[in-house]
Amino acid sequence: MNSLLRGHVLPASLILLALMAAPLFLSMYGVIVLTEILTMSLFALSFNLLFGYTGLLSFGQAGFFGAGSYFAVLTLIHGPDSLWAAMAAAFIGSAVLAVVIGWFCVRLDEIYFAILTLGFGMMLFTIAHNWRSVTGGSDGLGNFTLPELNLFGWGVNLFNPINFYFLVLLITALGALLLFRVVNSPFGLLLRGTRENSLRVSFVGANVRAVRLFAFILAGALAGLAGALFAFFNRIASPEMLHWSFSGKAVLMTILGGSGVYLGPAVGAAIFFVLEHVITAYTTNWMIFLGGILVVLVLAFPKGVLGSLLGLLTRRWKGPKP
Amino acid sequence: MTEQILLEVQEVSRSFGKFQALSNVSLKIQPGQLCALIGPNGAGKTTFYNVVSGRYRPTSGRVFFEGRDITRAPAHRLVGMGLLRSFQITNIFPALTVLENVLVPLVVHHGSSFSCLGAIEKRRNLAEEAEQILSRVGLTGQSHRVVSTLAYGDKRLIEIAIVLARRPRLVLLDEPTAGMNPEETDRMIRLIKDLSERSDTTFFITEHDMKVVFSVAEKIFVLNQGGLLAEGSPEEIRANPHVKRAYLGGSLDAAGL
Amino acid sequence: MEGFLANLLNGLSWGMLLFLISIGLTTIFGVMGVLNFAHGSLFMLGAYLCMQFVRWVGSFWIGLLLGPPIVAVLSILLERFLLRPLYSRDVSFQLLLTFGVMLFLDDGVRLIWGAAYHVVNPPQILAGVIQLFSQSYPVYRLFLVILGPLVGIALWAFFSFTRWGKILRAAAMDRQMAEIVGVRVPMMYTAVFGFGAWLAALGGALAAPHQSVGPAMGERIIIESFIVVVIGGMGSFPGAFAGALILGMLNSFGTTFLPDVQMALPYILLAVILLTRPRGLFGGEA
Repeated sequence: MNSLLRGHVLPASLILLALMAAPLFLSMYGVIVLTEILTMSLFALSFNLLFGYTGLLSFGQAGFFGAGSYFAVLTLIHGPDSLWAAMAAAFIGSAVLAVVIGWFCVRLDEIYFAILTLGFGMMLFTIAHNWRSVTGGSDGLGNFTLPELNLFGWGVNLFNPINFYFLVLLITALGALLLFRVVNSPFGLLLRGTRENSLRVSFVGANVRAVRLFAFILAGALAGLAGALFAFFNRIASPEMLHWSFSGKAVLMTILGGSGVYLGPAVGAAIFFVLEHVITAYTTNWMIFLGGILVVLVLAFPKGVLGSLLGLLTRRWKGPKP
Repeated sequence: MTEQILLEVQEVSRSFGKFQALSNVSLKIQPGQLCALIGPNGAGKTTFYNVVSGRYRPTSGRVFFEGRDITRAPAHRLVGMGLLRSFQITNIFPALTVLENVLVPLVVHHGSSFSCLGAIEKRRNLAEEAEQILSRVGLTGQSHRVVSTLAYGDKRLIEIAIVLARRPRLVLLDEPTAGMNPEETDRMIRLIKDLSERSDTTFFITEHDMKVVFSVAEKIFVLNQGGLLAEGSPEEIRANPHVKRAYLGGSLDAAGL
Repeated sequence: MEGFLANLLNGLSWGMLLFLISIGLTTIFGVMGVLNFAHGSLFMLGAYLCMQFVRWVGSFWIGLLLGPPIVAVLSILLERFLLRPLYSRDVSFQLLLTFGVMLFLDDGVRLIWGAAYHVVNPPQILAGVIQLFSQSYPVYRLFLVILGPLVGIALWAFFSFTRWGKILRAAAMDRQMAEIVGVRVPMMYTAVFGFGAWLAALGGALAAPHQSVGPAMGERIIIESFIVVVIGGMGSFPGAFAGALILGMLNSFGTTFLPDVQMALPYILLAVILLTRPRGLFGGEA
């Protein structure tokens, strides 16, 4: 247990190295797909802070993801022409939004929380969809150019997909590191305690609502950051990114990979994209497969692909538990 | 100089719809005095605990803890003042390890609830403190087991350890020996007695097992149909004709008391 | 004044469909503790089956009669074989399962009937328009408005006077109560799920001539019916009725008077209700 952190440094470095080396081996198309996977990984990881660690199933996480993309694009259009400023706006703006929305949502839990987050997420969707003068309505906001990224005085051209890939890798890795530190911190222990037994947590003296709210804000801010990357990637912020079916993607990725393992949602995001590409090559009805897969996972493999694999491996190594 | 009062309950009532679960209950508890609350099923014992511990608000009446009015304070605030409780149905963190179960209250106790960057493994002092508490309740060498794999009696001890981690002034124990075998019951009784004598924590227990009550309690309160029927030392309660006739009936004699 | 009447009728007809779907949703939640994401898809399936029967035999009434029971049987199988293994697990997983079923059904419908929208003509007797206060108004919509209270009364009678209805109502408010009176819980769950599905599909079949039949109709109504049951109070029948009416009216009057924010109105209402009454209009105290 004490070696938990040390035990993670090696695999984490290996994964990071592999991801840094990936552009050497991948085609341009592969790099672009990997960029999208990384962006969605950050989104799914933020969702799992609530679901896997705090026990709160949010169906409105896309609201923050989409809001982040609008904050970022609006900053580029009306504010300073800086990607850092745009990302900061997405992070902070989504966090502020999460304070307000979370204040309502964390008062209730379980099913009510799921519906409330769904409702507030859709409220944000309708705002993005209907407030045409600011958000461009259903067309979204696409009339911006991606400025160069100022890296310690260097201007990095992001129209090069490989440069863009490294930006996404940097932000996702930082976000993932932040989340990892949080879930292993004293606060993270409190989150898991809340997931297990929120009554007990309040009867050891913690304010459960405050604990949940803090997790909600952090998850919202990181989802917003992922949304900013997604908007840069697609050169557009559009209302669909706030829609609840987009929140469903984070849910699906997390269940696919496994909510009980830290990197489960990221692995889930990768599986999601691979599956999507494979299946849509044969049929346009990819959702029917996705629905079927979700049903099978929930019934038979609730720990997800990564969770089940790790469970299998540890049983192999350590033998069955007494 | 009047007597020192740890907990004072003033004419507390609580109703659920038309049902009056508690009516005009008043009592005082002095520090260090091991008290017990008894009464038949449905007498309102758990409701009383829920009101005192801040889970429910009373319909009327007031509750004071160390002189401060806590009638409307939320549970987590009462815990901060040193008022802790256990539950009738074991209330712990089943999927966490034994150590983590005790670390949760310790994190809150040391004001680290929102410190979210340093790894918890690096808080050596917290882990050491947790081990100390675990050894005090007799759970050593099992820190890294997941709690759901423990025996029932051990799970109940975990809950005591969780409560102790907050260094409580007063602990309400709701049927601490419920569901235990005789051996586990003995262990729990000895533990409660020992903790009551050696620490400055005051215990207030409810119990349906009369043998337990009369072997540990210094003072007993009897609750019946939501009202306080009697209070006094075990001898007084045993001799009280109301208590005896009204509802404990032959069970005191049957228990050989 | 004429505009007001038209809005009122539109609101009532949409509210009536919302009521049919919400009553099942709220009963299933109250009795089983399950939030059925796929409930809107069952509504949609009812509409498609009705449409298919119209194509086969040319009669809307046959579709209305036969479609919903088919959906009910399908849902009973769903409850029995997919949902039942999950009752012992965290409620999130039940919700996720119904989410998967929803994706499956929505896309399945697209696979069978295509992505296009279909029009179902109302039956001969309910076709055409009627002049009301110098305004023309579709007869079918009027039919829905009249049917609404009738269905409401029938359900109310069922829940108030029949043994099963009383048990369901008691169980929706307090699950343990049902066990105490000795109901066989697994059978009740299956029955509740099937009954809720039948009502949703009935709503879908009735909606077929009222709006166009397409693969997105389930998604639209499920969100609104979630809001209905939350603002009404989950597990509450009067709540579902009141919530459906309120949302129906908000929809029609909102479109006329506040077209820019109409889409956001249900969510604003949701926030306001939850601020003031966290358990909904007819729910117990939080």
